[in-house]
Amino acid sequence: MKSPFLGAVALVALLAAAPITSKPGTIVHIRDDAFTPASITVRAGDTVTFQNDDDDAHTATADDGSWDSEGLNQNEKWSHTFAKAGTIKYHCTVHPFMHGTLIVKPK
Amino acid sequence: MKRGDFVGHVAWTGAGILYVLGAEGIVRSAASAAPDSFSFVQISDSHIGYAGPANPDVRGTLAKAVATINAMPVQPSFVIHTGDVTHLSKQTEFDDARSILGTLRAPLITIPGEHDVIGAEGPKRYAASFGRKEAAGRGWSSWDQGGIHFVALINVGEGETMGVLGEEQLAWLDKDLAARKSDTPIVVFGHVPLFSVDPEWGWNTSDGVKAIAMLRRFSSASVLNGHIHQVVEHVDGKIRFATARATAFPQAKPYTPGGGPGPLKPAPGTLLDVLGYRTVEVSMLTAWQDHSLDQA
Repeated sequence: MKSPFLGAVALVALLAAAPITSKPGTIVHIRDDAFTPASITVRAGDTVTFQNDDDDAHTATADDGSWDSEGLNQNEKWSHTFAKAGTIKYHCTVHPFMHGTLIVKPK
Repeated sequence: MKRGDFVGHVAWTGAGILYVLGAEGIVRSAASAAPDSFSFVQISDSHIGYAGPANPDVRGTLAKAVATINAMPVQPSFVIHTGDVTHLSKQTEFDDARSILGTLRAPLITIPGEHDVIGAEGPKRYAASFGRKEAAGRGWSSWDQGGIHFVALINVGEGETMGVLGEEQLAWLDKDLAARKSDTPIVVFGHVPLFSVDPEWGWNTSDGVKAIAMLRRFSSASVLNGHIHQVVEHVDGKIRFATARATAFPQAKPYTPGGGPGPLKPAPGTLLDVLGYRTVEVSMLTAWQDHSLDQA
């Protein structure tokens, strides 16, 4: 009965990996009118790059107005360094049905 | 004829608002127009700054629309641009748009789309380039011309989510319309459709129903919008709604499975077929009613 054991090992590895998704250079793709991934976790001080892969214009704009990529054409990027911990909801101002979440954990 | 149909028919005869859609429409209607007729033109969604596969030359297609309007033998009383003049609210885009739209022979009125008010600078650049000194609040306005009461609403912009009129503007609209008699023809402009075309794509105004309720008592009300780059017509009671073609690029039909609200690349050689503008001629027709004795 090898396979259940391997399955348990794989699960442990996945759980361990989950909190370490963030590192400097994290990219959120804007693709098919959605932020991908829709939710991302980074550490305070990390830089996140938003890249527009769509033919349409998009923005990444904090719901509270604290940061705003302004308009991005296809293949344009915008980067921002998140200094403070907290959960930030953001959206695209020209497509308000597009939402994303950025979780900034303390250093 | 049933009484309900009869009333509807009279309403529209009395309204006398005739839409002429298409490239040569105004030429045909102007040739037969009565001397006291009144016309205007709606253009929309020029997206100056876009340069993708759906239209690599948005300046060229806007210039073509302007040249065609300028060639009309009877010039419209005004040309209204119902928003998304630019693609990314950049200063160069506003400058390019001004240089093209500035060649219109008829007076130009614009209202902003969400692409004209991006970021902190977008609303300022729009106001500097196209703002109207007679506008109130964030840019809404009304005026009387040719026997019609015109209202230009703003449902994009700073401090508001796209597709929202907001309480301040609704209060202004309520007061503005309250001063008009119910038989005054009303024409309302806005960027995002006031009625719900496809909310999942942002093709609706969330508090549009409040404005629509204010329009119900009028015997003729027309609401002309842009935003969705295609003609969709809708009737709600005595209120007629129509969205307009873009001068930039087409978009998918609402609710297209797997589709979205972005630029749609047209089949080769068909771009000019799907771009356009709208001419509107207003004729004050004599309305008559025939009464049978069973309705007496």
